[in-house]
Formats: sequence, structure tokens, C-alpha cells
Amino acid sequence: MPGDDTLFHHALRLGDDALVLGQRLSEWCGHAPMLEVDLALANIALDLLGQATHFLNLAGEIEDEGRDADALAFRRDVLDFRNCLLVEQPNGDFAQTIARQFLFSNWQELLMREIATAPEPRLSAIGAKAVKEIAYHAKFASEWVVRLGDGTEESRSRMIAGLDWMWRFVDELFDPKDGAASLRAEWDARIARTLSDAALEMPKPRRGAMGGRAGHHSEHLGHLLTEMQFMQRAYPGATW
Amino acid sequence: MNSNWPLWEVFVRAKNGLSHKHAGSVHAADARMAIEAARDVYTRRMEGVSLWVVPSTAIVASDPKETTDLFEPAADKVYRHPTFYTIPDGVKNI
Amino acid sequence: MYTTELKDKNQKSAGLSLADEDPEKLAAFEARVAADDFIEPKDWMPEAYRKTLVRQISQHAHSEIVGMLPEGNWITRAPNLRRKAILLAKVQDEGGHGLYLYAAAETLGTSREEMIEALHSGKAKYSTIFNYPTLTWADIGAIGWLVDGAAIMNQVPLQRTSYGPYARAMVRICKEESFHQRQGYEIMCVLAAGTPEQKRMAQDALDRWWWPSLMMFGPPDDKSPNTAQSVRWRIKRETNDELRQRFVDTTVPQAEAIGLRVPDAALKWNEARGAYDFGEIDWEEFYAVVRGEGPVAKDRNHARIRAWEDGAWVREAAAVHANKRAMRMAAE
Ligand SMILES: [Fe+2]
Ligand SMILES: [Fe+2]
Ligand SMILES: [Fe+2]
Repeated sequence: MPGDDTLFHHALRLGDDALVLGQRLSEWCGHAPMLEVDLALANIALDLLGQATHFLNLAGEIEDEGRDADALAFRRDVLDFRNCLLVEQPNGDFAQTIARQFLFSNWQELLMREIATAPEPRLSAIGAKAVKEIAYHAKFASEWVVRLGDGTEESRSRMIAGLDWMWRFVDELFDPKDGAASLRAEWDARIARTLSDAALEMPKPRRGAMGGRAGHHSEHLGHLLTEMQFMQRAYPGATW
Repeated sequence: MNSNWPLWEVFVRAKNGLSHKHAGSVHAADARMAIEAARDVYTRRMEGVSLWVVPSTAIVASDPKETTDLFEPAADKVYRHPTFYTIPDGVKNI
Repeated sequence: MYTTELKDKNQKSAGLSLADEDPEKLAAFEARVAADDFIEPKDWMPEAYRKTLVRQISQHAHSEIVGMLPEGNWITRAPNLRRKAILLAKVQDEGGHGLYLYAAAETLGTSREEMIEALHSGKAKYSTIFNYPTLTWADIGAIGWLVDGAAIMNQVPLQRTSYGPYARAMVRICKEESFHQRQGYEIMCVLAAGTPEQKRMAQDALDRWWWPSLMMFGPPDDKSPNTAQSVRWRIKRETNDELRQRFVDTTVPQAEAIGLRVPDAALKWNEARGAYDFGEIDWEEFYAVVRGEGPVAKDRNHARIRAWEDGAWVREAAAVHANKRAMRMAAE
């Protein structure tokens, strides 16, 4: 295999996480609870799509087989996607979307801080730019967890349900094989702090669902790709 | 309880050295949300480096009916303007 | 345009007559407007002016918001990452436009919630153009090129409209609109120079969007009773037919430049007028779509109502939380 396989997969994981979550968030456009929130979610989605483009272009460069970000995004099937299971989970209601964003952005921020100081300069350059964006996403999502957790009875139970849906996908983020295990303690502390502000309990530990990093996804990803890749599949070779 | 989010007026400082200027308004449930909404709505194209948000209800405005009383008395105080004064030709730096 | 003469049901019954206004105040107001002075929220204004403005600005806002739906329909299917980001940013801008306009209308004493209510109940109208479906990717090109193109043509003069908050919103909107039309035309350029399938897609989109785009300028001037007063009040700065003609004149060469055919057999350059003659618009269809008989009018209405109703618990939660917080702070 030409290029550096480890670095290739590293960039691919980062790119796929951002791509899939960006795609999910863009589904909200035009349908959010309030106009101001609509614009906010679109901003986060745009940040993620930008990160995805950078990381996937880098992956293609490292691979050196002539694939760019678009080729990687639109012409791979599920088994070759390396995103975590968390980001592909459906939007559900606003609380479920916020739960996903809260868990992911807090993790992604810690990870990206490390990447921003990585020895590989192309990777660290992308990381340094992304980390500022992600810090905002994490703050935005955490604040909403507090509003919903400490809002009405209904919002509280929806927030609990949202976290409950997402919680089984947390362990995968810290899989020792990906080298992110060291981030767990700080992540736990952050999550605990926000949940306590929200008067919510930390969800009970449960058996983690894994497999995303090996291409073994939930059923949701196939449908997401069906929609996202439709044009490139229906009109192979055309430029847009 | 009224669940409509109140209106906030948004002021944006385009760059340091300039004052904050009114940009528009947003609806937000709390101050932090108002700042973020202002950021997401009014600085998407690098329009600002600093934001103020003020609850619209906190703004006290002058009444247009008073416009003449408030502002016209300044009109005849021409001596406040440098052009009011005659200086001999050829005198410089004044 | 986004607003032109789409009367809401209450308009006639409102029966606002200028005869009821204080003649002295009215004369002073008319003089100010005629002198191109701006009217600001707390200034005296005739009730009919206020009502007309609320109707026009809120219809404009609704059009921006409902307008997010046909294009939003393609965000998740955009053909590459660049197009996806552009489209998302574009549709997001439209949401921003709706927001600025609702805020401008709120300065006239109507809340955003009241306006949204009126939209959902069908009492308030929005531009007929958004009641047509987006079938292929080329529709995204056609909308940016034609629909935003028509919108810009209408909105540029509104930057000098007499009501200050509306004019300021339009200034911001026009600044943001400038990339919308270009990205749409760029999509069409690529398609028109692409594979036979892409060319077909592009031509088909132009065929479907051309006439509805011309209808965006509203009924012809002789069937547009409010135009004269609106122009006098600087709520509108040019007539429907003037704007429509200008749109045809600028757009036809753009179609020709990329080898697309405008679907109008009567279209012909008129040397004497220095303008294009063009075919008769199907006004039957226009009024049917205004009445809510557009192919996807129901879909649009349902989507908006659903987003609003599904979001109710979120809005309530945030308000309750803010209240709890304020009480806690007060207790400390
Ligand atoms: Fe628009
Ligand atoms: Fe717009
Ligand atoms: Fe636009």
C-alpha cells in the first residue's frame, strides 16, 4: 500500500466523523424549533463539513491513489466508512440531537487539541483551526443540555431519553486501539459537570456498542449514505 | 408562563477602534443564548470582533414628538462650529 | 415579488381609509415620504401605511422561511462537498433574511409569533414560487439563478424604501444575496456544459421555473390596484411590469450564453423598444397558486407547522429555565 496506512486511517476517521455528523445536522435546516437555532445548527454543520473536506483531502493525499475528499465521501460503501457509531445516530427530537452533539463535541474538542500539536504538520494545521470551532460546538451543546435538563418536566425526560439513546456509543470514542483512551478522565469530568448543572444524573454504564472504526456500523449509516451519495451513484463520472 | 423568547437588540463592533453599532435583533431565552444567536446571525461573514446584546425592553428611546424640543435648540448655536470664525487670510495652523 | 399584491383575507375588511386620519399629520407624513425621508418606528404614520407594511414585510419574511424548504430538499443530496456547503450556507442565509424581516415587522407592533400564526393558519401569504417542487439537482441551479435573481431585482430598490427598519434589513439582505444568484448560475453553467443527462436536467429546470419566476413580480400593473399608493409611499419603488421587463432583459442573454432555451415561443428582441417582447403569462395559474393550489403548497404548510409545533417544548423549556435561573439569582 502506498502512503502511510496508520496516518491514512487516522485522517479518514476524523474526516468521516465530521462528514457524517455534518450531514446529520444539515437535515435540521429549515425545521429547527426556532429560526435562531436553525442558523446555529447550520453553522455547526458547516464547520463540520469544512473539517471533513480538509481531513478527507489529506487522507486522499496520504493514500496517493488519486482520491480526493469527494471521492472518499461519495464513492465508498459502509464497510469502508470509519466514523464512530455516535455520529450516525438519527437526529430524533432536539434533545437527542443535543445529546449526540454534547457527547461528541466534548470528546472531539479534547482529541483535536492533541491533534493540533501532532508532529504531522498537515494534520496539526487542520486540527488547530478546527479546535476553535469545536470549542464553540461543545459550549453550545452543553448549555442546551442544561436548559433542557433543568427546564420543564417534558424537556427533562426528553433530555434523559436522548442521553440514554446515545450513551452506549460512548465507549467506542475511547477505544484504546485508536489511542484516545487517555482522554476519558477529562471527558468524564466535563460531562459530569454539565450534567450536574442540568440536575441530571450520569447515565448508568452499559455495554458499549463498537464497530464503527472497523466499518461495522448501525443500520442508519447505510440510509444516510444512500441519500448523500445518490447523485454520484446515479451519474457516475459527471462533474458538478 | 409566556414561552415566547424575548427580543434582544444586537450591537456589533466591526473592529477594534470602532464603537459598537446596532445590527439588528434576535429572540433568545437568556443572555448567553442571545450572544450566541447574535454571533450566529450577525457575524457569519466576519462582521465583528465583539458583541453587545441588550434586552429590547431595556432601551429607552426619545419620543419623536419631542424631536423639535430636543434637537432644534442646537441649530442656532453656530458658534460651536469652527467655520463660524473669521481668521485673516494667510494665517496658518489654526 | 415575495410580497406583491398577495392579499390576505382580512385586508378588505380592515377598510382602512386615509379619510379617517388627521389631515395635518397625514400631509406632513406624505411630504416627508415624498422627500425620500425615512420613517422610523416611533414616528406617526397612517394606519393604512402600518398595515400595508406589516403585510408586505411579513409576507416577505414568510417567503424567505418557506423558501428554505424547496432548496433544503437537496442539501442532504448535494453532489459534492463544495456544493453541499454552498447550498447549506445559502439556505441558512434565507433563514437569516426571514429573521431580519420578522424583526423589522416587529418594530411595527406585531410579534413574530403572531406573524407565524398567520402563516400557519393560511391567513398570511408567501411567494407562489415556493409552492413548486424541486425535482432534480438542476432545480437548485435554476432557483439560485432565476428566483434569487428575480428577488434581487425587486430588493435592490427596496433598500431605499421609506420605512427605516425595512430598508436597513434590505441592505443587509442584498449584501448577502449577491452570492446566491451566482452560485445558482454556476450550477447551471456546469450542467449545460456537462453530459447529455446533465444538459437535459438543466433545460428541464429552466422550462419549469421560467414562468413561475416571471409570476414572482406579481400581477400586471393594470390589475394591481395598490401599486400606485405603494409607490407613492415608497413601500414599493418600481411597478411589477417594470421589474418583470428588466428581469427578462437581463436573464435571456444569460440563458443564451450557456446554450439554454427560454421556453417562450413569443420571446423576441424588440429593436424599437430596446427590450424583449415576451409571451402572455398564465394568470389563471398564478391566482390558483396564490389560493394555495400549488403542487406542493400543502407539503410546505405542513412542514412549517410541524417544525413549529415540534419545537414548542424546546421554546418552553428554555423560557422556563431562564425564569428559574432569574429567580435563583434574585434569591441569592
Ligand atoms: Fe430568497
Ligand atoms: Fe433571501
Ligand atoms: Fe437568496
